[in-house]
Amino acid sequence: MNPLVLLGVVGRVFLTFLRHVGRLTVFTVTALGHCVRPPFFPRLIGRQMIEIGYFSLPVVGLTAIFTGMVLALQSHTGFARFSAEGAIATVVALSMTRELGPVLAGLMVAGRIGAAMAAEIGTMRVTEQIDALTTLSTNPYKYLVVPRLIAGLTMLPILVLVADIIGIFGGYLVGTTKLGFTPIGYVSRTWEFLEPMDVISGLVKAAAFGFVIALMGCYHGNHSRGGAQGVGKATTNAVVSASILILVLNYLLTELFFAQ
Amino acid sequence: MTPKIALAGLKKAFGPKTVLDGLDLEVAPGESLVIIGGSGTGKSVALKCILGLLRPDSGSIRIDDQETVRLSGRARERLMTRVGMLFQGAALFDSLTIWENVAFGLMQGHGMRRAQARQTAIDTLAQVGLDADVADLAPAELSGGMQKRVGLARAIAAKPEIIFFDEPTTGLDPIMADVINDLILKCVRTLGATALSITHDMASARKIADRIAMLHQGRVIWEGPADTVHHSGNPYVEQFVNGRAEGPIRMSVRA
Repeated sequence: MNPLVLLGVVGRVFLTFLRHVGRLTVFTVTALGHCVRPPFFPRLIGRQMIEIGYFSLPVVGLTAIFTGMVLALQSHTGFARFSAEGAIATVVALSMTRELGPVLAGLMVAGRIGAAMAAEIGTMRVTEQIDALTTLSTNPYKYLVVPRLIAGLTMLPILVLVADIIGIFGGYLVGTTKLGFTPIGYVSRTWEFLEPMDVISGLVKAAAFGFVIALMGCYHGNHSRGGAQGVGKATTNAVVSASILILVLNYLLTELFFAQ
Repeated sequence: MTPKIALAGLKKAFGPKTVLDGLDLEVAPGESLVIIGGSGTGKSVALKCILGLLRPDSGSIRIDDQETVRLSGRARERLMTRVGMLFQGAALFDSLTIWENVAFGLMQGHGMRRAQARQTAIDTLAQVGLDADVADLAPAELSGGMQKRVGLARAIAAKPEIIFFDEPTTGLDPIMADVINDLILKCVRTLGATALSITHDMASARKIADRIAMLHQGRVIWEGPADTVHHSGNPYVEQFVNGRAEGPIRMSVRA
């Protein structure tokens, strides 16, 4: 086989990648431009906020409480080996606020909301509803993308704040019923070592994740092609790319805060 | 008289595939022009170029003698307030009710208040033969023919100067197709609008057209008054109008 064929394949893959990155960049910049220019659609922003913030509460809450509970148990297993059981409350609080709250809430919302956004916008694309918006003097970015971006950006931090509290409560439940903490002891241990920066860094992460989830949902939906199969693919791509970006961004943001 | 819509030398290619190859076409004010042609001859692409949904590679599109190819943002939105479009699959917004669909252009493009827009929507629905009780239904609750009517109501609600019809009768039974044709005729006449339709349904083309143009391989190969389409003397048009598999037009089975 001609070795140049292989080079050709590598080149094509690389060019496709660049094309996607370019298209995503243009999409993001256009969307951000429309975020700051009127007209705005407060009714649509409100609806998306309820969809993301309120209807994700059960999923995020369940995830958080079981994570907090298992965290308490597992850290007990570890810390009992060098008699540091007292640190369990602190470990649960720090892990939840800095790391697990934002990441797990982000991943759950990516599955729930990112998929729904990609499916809805993708269906609108393939049934020409997005073209119809344009012919009715309405910019699809303003009508569809901006409300979702704003809702993602603002609602995820609130969800994560709730997840932090529920997660710590999960740790409290296990700590007081199974691990011999007194209620006051657990709460004061949690409170004593928790710094504002722990919570704030988690909320900043959450805002970034919320933006990425909505962006991926809208981008993949908007660029879906070819009927039901295309919409299905867009949905998968939205969830997978949002999840990966959340994990990558999580590291980058952690490093950023770590240096402070 | 300056034409309402004038296309000159319009070209558009997707990758190596040339779809429009120097399309020239003019539509006079108040005229109803129907573009006929087989699948894949560039009818839809031409329509999307005029609407600004696709940008042609070269050529000019003039509406009221104003060049529109480079329009974007606000200028494009302003142009769109004078235009109505009926999509092939109706393309109703399924998150909105029927009346919100019909009133969408009035509220967004013309800034009309909701209460007033609702009344206008109900009046427009009556024009296409739909009762006020469908106003609060969701699009999915209507049959295909009724969705088409709602789509037509949405296209005419803002009293546009130009209306585009993309395959208005495709997918409808012959009776409903004729109902839609009648409605199109009535609405276009009442508004005094200029109409540009694309279709491959000859019955519909004969009925709604003042003039017919036939598109083949991205160019207009024949145009003339609607009543002359059956004795055009053009072998391509003859083949298409009579629906024969044999003739100068070769249907490529593979795309």
